[in-house]
Amino acid sequence: MHLSVSGVSKTFGDGRHAKLVLDDITLSVDSGEFVALVGSSGSGKSTVMRLIAGLERPSTGVIAMDGKPVRGPGSDRGMVFQKYSLYPWMTAAQNVAFGMSLQGLPRALVRERTAYFLEVVGLQNDARRLPKELSGGMQQRVAIARALAADPKVVLLDEPFGALDLQIRETMQEFLYELWQRSGITALLITHDLEEALLLAQRVHIMAPSPGRIVRTVEADLDRSNLAHLRMSPPFLELREELVTSLRNLDAAAS
Amino acid sequence: MRSPWLLGPLGIAVVLLAWSLISLSGAVDPLFLPSPPAVWQAAGDQFRGGILVADAIASVRRVFLGFALSAALALPLGIAMGSNTLICRLLEPLLGLIRYMPAPAFIPLLIIYFGLGELPKVLLIFIGTFFFNTLMIMDAVKFVPRELLETALTLGGRKLPILTRVVAPYIAPQVIDAYRINMASAWNLVIVAELVAANEGLGKRISLAQRFLRTDEIFVGLIVIGLIGLLIDLGFRAVLRRSCRWAS
Ligand SMILES: Nc1ncnc2c1ncn2[C@@H]1O[C@H](COP(=O)(O)OP(=O)(O)O)[C@@H](O)[C@H]1O
Ligand SMILES: [Mg+2]
Repeated sequence: MHLSVSGVSKTFGDGRHAKLVLDDITLSVDSGEFVALVGSSGSGKSTVMRLIAGLERPSTGVIAMDGKPVRGPGSDRGMVFQKYSLYPWMTAAQNVAFGMSLQGLPRALVRERTAYFLEVVGLQNDARRLPKELSGGMQQRVAIARALAADPKVVLLDEPFGALDLQIRETMQEFLYELWQRSGITALLITHDLEEALLLAQRVHIMAPSPGRIVRTVEADLDRSNLAHLRMSPPFLELREELVTSLRNLDAAAS
Repeated sequence: MRSPWLLGPLGIAVVLLAWSLISLSGAVDPLFLPSPPAVWQAAGDQFRGGILVADAIASVRRVFLGFALSAALALPLGIAMGSNTLICRLLEPLLGLIRYMPAPAFIPLLIIYFGLGELPKVLLIFIGTFFFNTLMIMDAVKFVPRELLETALTLGGRKLPILTRVVAPYIAPQVIDAYRINMASAWNLVIVAELVAANEGLGKRISLAQRFLRTDEIFVGLIVIGLIGLLIDLGFRAVLRRSCRWAS
């Protein structure tokens, strides 16, 4: 799998109201990679995600999956939104099964895979509960299981933990990292939280706003055998500090 | 409040009591205000004669035919308008305009076109509820959260399955509620239609009773109309509670 975004810009509106939101974005994600896109709110991260998902069209440039230009949404690019994306009338299991059932998979297979992915996210005992009966963290785990169960080549996560409390967020970060390690998925994570990006992704693109553009790309070559430990380790803190400073300078220059 | 559900019956009991006291005191001519026992008596007479049941069936039948037609057509049209901007732009101004034409004002036209039979009455109920039903369903569709639709698209969903499997279940509670609310106007309209022209029906009975100054029978008609309306309303609420537990 090779996802490539080349020279993509996006303008919303036209004429006098035209607003350049993304300017010349280029990045790529290969099979098994965990890539992050980090930037302050309004820098156009979600727009990048929506373009890759095929929910919007680029104004210029090309987005391609394995060389084929993306023309619309498809199940090869799964998506996890920040919140409110579970179907409230479906149980956790029905939510997980939904994509497979939309794709017309045989029932027995759907049931089997649903059970499997609920177990992967540790919710095998909550299969029959409605979303409103689940905590925020559990809801996001269902959303992740649902995206994975539809068998995408790449999972796009748009601030998936942004609405969660700090402590749950840390647990979920560790959960996502383990999931990535265990199941060999390919992930593109969007976040405004630099620590989250550095902690999880091997490659981090840093975006600056107005217009949204990638100003820096960091290969975060860190020892991730123990994330809780990594958070506090000097190399990690140093890298984070350095990037925070450069981001702050960017924001100051922009405003 | 230890048992708040008692408040409703309490309110009704107070009005009944006041009614009894006023009619017992003789302050109002029984011709204008029949006593509760007199109304009860009139209800018993009508019931035993089979008139009451026949009238109720006639009125309920008209309401159900007209409203079923309205509900069945409003659902696909409302969904189409809510999910397609072109259809919406084309039809919304038209429906918005017709909606404000009072349905009873169509009675003369309906009589000219269709005579005095059942059809014009059923159509009146249709006209009086179809536009409201459609526009309320359209609004419900427009407020389906974008994330729910886009998630379905990224899961491999196509247009039609998304309408039936995401949009339809999401709006179900609002649709049932819209039907419940507009059912009240259907019930008003059937009485209006029967006041104008009918052989039987609760509205017809009231206008006959007026001719003979039978206020007791008018009271019977009003109370029965209210009770049936309340029953229908409770029915819709029960359906809503049972079928959309996720929404409460
Ligand atoms: N559909 C749209 N129409 C007009 N402007 C938009 C639209 N979507 C996003 N924008 C604008 O693009 C900018 C970036 O938005 P977004 O991609 O959501 O940023 P982020 O996810 O980084 O917070 C914002 O200024 C937003 O107002
Ligand atoms: Mg965003």
